[in-house]
This record gives sequence, structure tokens and C-alpha cells, in this order.
Amino acid sequence: MRFKKMGRRGVALMALAAASSLFAAGCSAGSLGSSSEGSAGATTITFLTGANDNDVASAKAVIDAFQAANPNITIKNDTRPGGSEGDNLVKTRLATGDMAEVFVYNNGSLLQAIKPEQNLTPLDDQPWVSELDPLFAASSKGSDGKIYGGPYGTAFGGGVLYNIPVYKKLNLQIPKTWDEFMKNNETVKKAGITPVEQSYGETWTSQLFVLGDYHNVEAQVPDFAQKYTAGQAKYATTPAALTGWEHIQQVHEAGYFNKDFASAKLNDGIKAVATGTAAHYPQLGAVGSNIENVAPGKSNDVGFFALPGPDAATNGMTVWPGTAAMYIPKSVEGDKLDAAKKFIAFAATKQGCDAVAQGSPPQGPFLSKACQLPTEVSQIAKDTQAYFESGKASPALEFKSPIKGPNLEQICIQVGTAQVDAKKGAELYDQDVKKQAQQLGLPGWE
Amino acid sequence: MASTLSTSDATRLAPAPRSLGDRGKKRPGPYPYWFYLVPTLIYVVFFMVPTFASFYFSFTRWDLFTSTWIGLDNYRTFFAEQALIIGLRNTLIYAVITSGLKVVLGMALALLLTSQIIARGYLRSVVFFPVLVSTIGVGLTFTVLMDPEKGLINNALAVVGIDGPGWLTNPNLALFSIALVDVWKGVGLATVIYIAGLVSIPQEYYEAAEVDGAGRWQVFRNIMLPLARPATATVITLSLIGGLRSFDLIWAMTKGGPGFASDVIASVIYKQYQAGFYGLSTAGSVVLFLVVTVIVVPLTWWLNRGEEVT
Repeated sequence: MRFKKMGRRGVALMALAAASSLFAAGCSAGSLGSSSEGSAGATTITFLTGANDNDVASAKAVIDAFQAANPNITIKNDTRPGGSEGDNLVKTRLATGDMAEVFVYNNGSLLQAIKPEQNLTPLDDQPWVSELDPLFAASSKGSDGKIYGGPYGTAFGGGVLYNIPVYKKLNLQIPKTWDEFMKNNETVKKAGITPVEQSYGETWTSQLFVLGDYHNVEAQVPDFAQKYTAGQAKYATTPAALTGWEHIQQVHEAGYFNKDFASAKLNDGIKAVATGTAAHYPQLGAVGSNIENVAPGKSNDVGFFALPGPDAATNGMTVWPGTAAMYIPKSVEGDKLDAAKKFIAFAATKQGCDAVAQGSPPQGPFLSKACQLPTEVSQIAKDTQAYFESGKASPALEFKSPIKGPNLEQICIQVGTAQVDAKKGAELYDQDVKKQAQQLGLPGWE
Repeated sequence: MASTLSTSDATRLAPAPRSLGDRGKKRPGPYPYWFYLVPTLIYVVFFMVPTFASFYFSFTRWDLFTSTWIGLDNYRTFFAEQALIIGLRNTLIYAVITSGLKVVLGMALALLLTSQIIARGYLRSVVFFPVLVSTIGVGLTFTVLMDPEKGLINNALAVVGIDGPGWLTNPNLALFSIALVDVWKGVGLATVIYIAGLVSIPQEYYEAAEVDGAGRWQVFRNIMLPLARPATATVITLSLIGGLRSFDLIWAMTKGGPGFASDVIASVIYKQYQAGFYGLSTAGSVVLFLVVTVIVVPLTWWLNRGEEVT
């Protein structure tokens, strides 16, 4: 009897404890929401960036420089994952009104997918707008024509990273056509070196054969972007666009991939091409800023060329006019909004650009005329700059059309692991594109 | 002792309906009906409303702010999708493999752990430990162990001269590798259920069988297996539902890859959601709900009916 009674009392006590802890939890959750923390007059905002070493280093450098100039504003750096996981996080946080005051995200078609007109604060009235690189400005607009993104970092190309010592040793020339590229691969393979590095362990890295080929597509079909947006041109039925998919299949079938291509990660790939265990790595030039971290002292061993196409005369580089722009969600108001705008404006100045460059070495030209590249830049930046200067550069499809299918990376991997062939892969991607177009409510897709 | 009890304690402790004797009259329960109010409210707000709202949203194109009614289009898109066909097939394969292996291995381990062996208590807890570990942690650990080039498993195989496969990177193998990890993690629970089932079989049956001269196999086949049937039913139902809904382990290990090779319905739905296709992914959830219902309801009915017959 006594036991039972004590047992019950024990239960009652536990329930009380549980209830009071709930109450306490409720309190603390509430106080998190209020903004009355910190000393009077000071404003604290959060800056959400990618989580790579370079992203964090750049963010820290800009924040430090900004805080030195604006002592009453405190900026906290927060990070998020990349790829589709990052897309999901950004969309959800925007939808729930829980986004950081300033965040870095892609422009171009991915910007359209987060509905800038609904979710972001327009930045048209900002002083830095007039100095923007026109390509960057065009791809940072909403469907209402207003600019939503501030410049952050540099533009960069999408092409093939190659190991310069390997090229010298085997006496190879930079390929301008796909046939020359495959011939180089053959020579490289005979020398016992991996011809083409792939890193499917990090799925987004698989897309370059398709995305980076867009300059070559446009050289053959100049109105591809418009027709594609209108639902009239498809990857599977446009031979020039299908080529990128076929390239994945060819390289895989020829046995040119690295042995661990299915599980390797981005940093494995960078290391391989920087140290010469692989000759080529189709990738975004921007990843070059991580070479020093994974292979110290090898920055100048890696060069960059455009994905080769069918015709040497029209070959050029597909470029990303800054995938990263800085945005302010619409929910930000008052002092925090002022601070956020000030911070973006600072990042657009020469001082801001220099800070970003100090955090991660630039791999292409800056996005604002206010900034210049330092005199000492990496080989990748020089190679990219050369394509820009000779006019042989055009923006990737995602900057010319609001539609990018969310499953491109997985479908590229399907082709690269021989689960489907190139034609089937392209067809699957066309279906993926259709879903995205319908979700965006574009005309011509019902 | 009784004096320390208050009167209210006494009445509550007493088996009220019988001692007071209900003579055909309907007595109100010890708690008033308005006690139901709060649970009902919670249930309606947090379960009923979202469920019915999701049925509605599965017929719309939805971006969390606005929704357009598009009828059955989402279902049409969902069923036309290659990932779904792969996902549906994989879900069934995964559920059958994991629940089958859990039944067999769980039974085997339970037999071992109810017999007289050294360190029985210790071994029982070792078998149960993986159940307590976080699924994501298990997934990440095994991803590292199963790495084709640097993983411990293939390195160990290399020592004895076997060239280990790409456990998670070979499209034909990935799903099975994950299923094995799922079994490793979940077999402890099946074992515990079986141990309970086997221990509750009365000793008299074994004695009678011994008198009749039954062998070990006959005892197992004719006594343990049929009398542990309720345990088998529980294990199958639990692991099948778990297998059909499986998501966290697959997401932690391959994210449905390579390509779509290890996608299951739940991961396809999650990817749609990630892509911002909220209406489409809601339609997928409705499909998953129906699939689970269609498989599990008749199965439980059949298993329980069988139990009553024996």
C-alpha cells in the first residue's frame, strides 16, 4: 500500500516537474524571439552563407572589415549546406519567415524558384546598383524587373580544371574540340594517370558536362534559351543540347573516370587534379580557391579551359556571373533592415571586395566596377579572364531561363554510372524541367 | 496502514464498479466527459486538420502561400515519374528483405539467448544496443565503413584477398547494403519480442515432447514456432510498417543515390518537397499512406485471425 501511494506521489512530482520544465521552455522560446538583447543603440544581424572553408573565410573577412567601420552593428555568421539540401533550407526558412537578415544564395533560375517578388526586399534604390556588371544585374532581377541581389564574390567559369605539369610532361595542347579532348584522355590514360576525375560522392559536382557545355549549345542554336523556356526546345530532341549528355556516357564507357568516382567528394577531386593523379576535372572555376587548403602550394599547377565542343572556332566558356548574391528577406524591418542594406553596400565597395578576396582567392572577375582583381591571381582566374576578354564567354542556361530542373545532378549520375543512356537521361531531365516550369506557372507548359 | 490513506485514496484504490455493485444500471465513468475535451482538441488541431488539409493540397499546385486547384494532375505526374516506379519497387523490396531477415535472425538470436549459454545477460544487451543508437549516427558510421576505397569493410576484405564491391556506390547493391544495416540496427528489437514470446511458452509442452521422444528440430517446428506466432505477427507488422516508411537510414547513407537507385517512396516525396513541389510531394504522401494501409491492414487482419484459430 505504502509503495503504491509513494509511487503515485512520485508520478505526481514527475508530472509537476515535466509541466514546469515545459513552462520554462515556453518562456525561453518566447524570449528568443524578442530583439531587446544587446546594449542600447547596437543592432545585431545574422549573415547566412555556405559552409565551405572558403565561404566561411570570406564571410568572416567581410564581417570583420564591416564591423571595424561600423562599430554599433554586430554581424553573426551562420552557415547552411549547399546543393538541393541548401535550396530546401532556404525555401523553408523564407516561407516560415525565419530567414537570416542577410543571406547568400544563387541568382539566375534558382533565384526565381524562391519567388523574390514575394519573399525579398528590392534593392533598386541602392547606390551600388549603377556599378554592377550588366550580366550580374540581369540575373539578379525578379520577374518584376527589380534588382534583389547585391554583388558578392566574383564571376567564374564552368569548364575543365587541368593539371599543368601533366600537360607539360605529356606534351599536350589545350583541346578546343571534343575529339581533341578525347585524344588527350587516351594519351593520359596510357601514361597511367586518371584522365577525367568525377566526384559523385557530392552529387552537385556531376552536372558540369551538361551545364558547362551551354556556350557550345548556344553557338549552334542561338535561340535555345527562349525556346526552352517556352517549352518548345528539349534536351532530348535538340542534338546540340543532347551532346553534353552523350559526353558523360562516352567518357564513362571509355573507362576514363577515376576508380573511386562513385564515392569521391569535391575535395578529393580538387586534390587529384592539383597533385596530378588526375589530368582533368570538369568543375566550376570557383572551387579553385580551395586548392591551397587541400593541396598546399599547388595553386599554380591547375589551369582551366572551356568544355570543348564540336567546333574549335566557336568554342568558348560557359560562365556564372556570380552564383552568389546577397539578399534581404522581406520580413526584415527597421534598424535591422538599415544595417542589412549597409552591409550589402559595404560588400559592393572595393574594401568589401578586397576582404572577400582575402578570405578566398578570386577565380574570375568581380561583379562591380568598383572592384578590381589583385595583380597576383591564380592561373584559373587568368584563364577565365582571358575568355571574358576575348568575348568567348556566355552565361549558363540558368541565367537565361528561369527553369532549372531540380534533379539534374542525380540524372547526370544515372548516366555516369550507366544506369540509363544519354538519350534516356536527357528525356528524364526534360520531364524534370517540365515539373519545375509548371510549379513556376510559366505559359506553354500545361 | 489503512489509517494513512485518505478516503479519496480508498475509493480510488477500490475496484469501484464491482464493489459498489452495478445492478443493471448504467453508471457514469469515474471521469467526466469534458476530460475528453483537451485531447480531442489536440487531436483535431494537430492530426485531423493537417491530414484533411493535405488531402486537399494534394490536388493543388502549392507554393505554401497560394494554391491552384489542378485536380488529379499531381497524381498523374507522380505516377509518370521514373523515380516513383523505382521507389515503389525499392520500397517493397526493402520492406520484405528487412522484415524477413528480422524474423529469421530475430528468432535465431532469441533461441540462442534463451538457451543456457555463458554471459547470456551481457549478450542480450549487446544484441539490443544498436536499437538505442540514433539512426543517422548508424547511417553515417556505416557510410564510412562501406566506402569502397577507404572503408574498413573493404580494407578487411582486401587482407584476405577479396576485392570488395562498392557497397553504396554500385547501383545494383546500394539498396541491399542499406537493408543489411537496417537489419543490424533493428534485429535487437525483434529478438527481444521473440525472447518474450519463447519464455512465455509453458514448460509442460517441452516436458510432454520429451516424453514423446521429440527431437530438437521437432520441438522447434511443432512447439516453439506455432506458440511464438503472436511474436512473429508483431515482428512482421512492426518491421514491415517500418520498412515501408523507411527514410532516415536511406537518406543518411545514400540520399537515394547513386542516381535514383536506392530511392524509396519516402525519399522521392522528400525530394519533391526539397525541390519546392509542395503539392506534388503532398500527393506522394497520400499515395504512401494508401500503400501502407493497403498492405498492412489486410496483413494484420490475416495474422491476427490466424492467431485466434491456433
